[in-house]
Amino acid sequence: MPTEHVLSASALTRDDIEEVLAAARAIAETPAGHHDRLRNRLLGLLFFEPSTRTRMSFAAAMQRLGGDVIDMGSVDASSVQKGESLADTVRVIEGYVDAIVLRHPSEGAARVASEFVEVPIINAGDGAGQHPTQTLLDLYTIEEAVGLEDIAVGIVGDLKYGRTVHSLAAALSRFDVTQHFIAPPSLRLPDHVRYDLDSAGVQVHEHTDIDACLEELDVLYMTRIQRERFPDEAEYRAVAGAYRIGAADLEMAQAHLAVLHPLPRVDEIAADVDATPHAWYFQQSANGIPVRMALLERVMGAQG
Amino acid sequence: MTDRQLRVAKIRDGTVIDHLPAGTALSVLGILGIDGSNGEGVSVGMNVRSGRIATKDIVKVEGRELSQEEVDVIAIIAPVATINIIRDYEVVEKTRVETPTAVTGVLRCPNPNCITNEDEPVTTRFAVLDGHLRCRYCRGLIADAAVPDLLAVGF
Repeated sequence: MPTEHVLSASALTRDDIEEVLAAARAIAETPAGHHDRLRNRLLGLLFFEPSTRTRMSFAAAMQRLGGDVIDMGSVDASSVQKGESLADTVRVIEGYVDAIVLRHPSEGAARVASEFVEVPIINAGDGAGQHPTQTLLDLYTIEEAVGLEDIAVGIVGDLKYGRTVHSLAAALSRFDVTQHFIAPPSLRLPDHVRYDLDSAGVQVHEHTDIDACLEELDVLYMTRIQRERFPDEAEYRAVAGAYRIGAADLEMAQAHLAVLHPLPRVDEIAADVDATPHAWYFQQSANGIPVRMALLERVMGAQG
Repeated sequence: MTDRQLRVAKIRDGTVIDHLPAGTALSVLGILGIDGSNGEGVSVGMNVRSGRIATKDIVKVEGRELSQEEVDVIAIIAPVATINIIRDYEVVEKTRVETPTAVTGVLRCPNPNCITNEDEPVTTRFAVLDGHLRCRYCRGLIADAAVPDLLAVGF
């Protein structure tokens, strides 16, 4: 059986997604039944970019399956500083571990890594490319909150560089979902993501204003607009302020609207939303454990 | 061969790339990595009158046969080009280019943040879509018209 890598959400079929979500549900219901599924297996964490929660989430998931992790640590202290290529790094680490979780600042890094090793590569974010494991926990949460059929999802913020956005849009195209994208013109969806959605026949609407579609939405997926995308502070403040929501803004939304965010948030979701029934983002974050457990069992369990 | 075409001199051994859309000859030289520094004999005709297409460019390269990767990229910018292999002044093989499903090497990805622009041992690969190429690694789309900008040798 060929190695199963997890490189992009675009490569996941609807069956793949449903299998992972079903496995994650089973784990969430009876976690004790999985506590030694990956005993004596070792997962390598290679993060070439800072990460707290994704790194910890994978480590927690692996340890809850009875396995262990080793972590490359920060790039500053590694051979990467000496000029080693990614291809060489993963070929060396392959000799130590049974699977590799990789985060890297360049688009396509996970795919390159997968071409040089036999162990599974799990993409934990490649530049402005994709972040498929985040997407799986996003879908798990959406299914839990409102179901995945015949819904409208609004995705807000940095659509141009947001890898969670690119992955989520691709995966949602496998389901009967109308997709609304809300961003300033300078951060709108990249052509290649829009191309894929159009090719898949998805109903896509692009807006510059959240209010243009808020009432129709079942899910509002907020993302952070990063300061470094703008040439000056004033422009950043003006744009970021327009893509911020508070509890009062949500009064016009449907009662069952679920607000998600890949976290960390800065101030795009006001703290007063936390106490409303719309707030799903902490549950979403916690869902990373059963979803990543399901994924690790799938790609590492198959190795026998 | 008409007198007008003869103004581009015959070659003894090498390749004639004919029926190029007017204005693409220099891009073809770029695809072949020819900038004159390696000493190849090269003849270029631009805006030559032609029966098949109103005006065309033509490139003749001495002592050189093309790789499939080079022909594939030529096919993107010149879909009706013909490739003639010349030996001892005679055409020994004449083929029309065919649009490939993918092009490998030759082009660089225009996305500066694509992993292929890092110092990694990978060759670029682009899927050929209708009017676009798509990078296998970063998945970015590139309009066919932008292909000449992605050559290692530009003019």
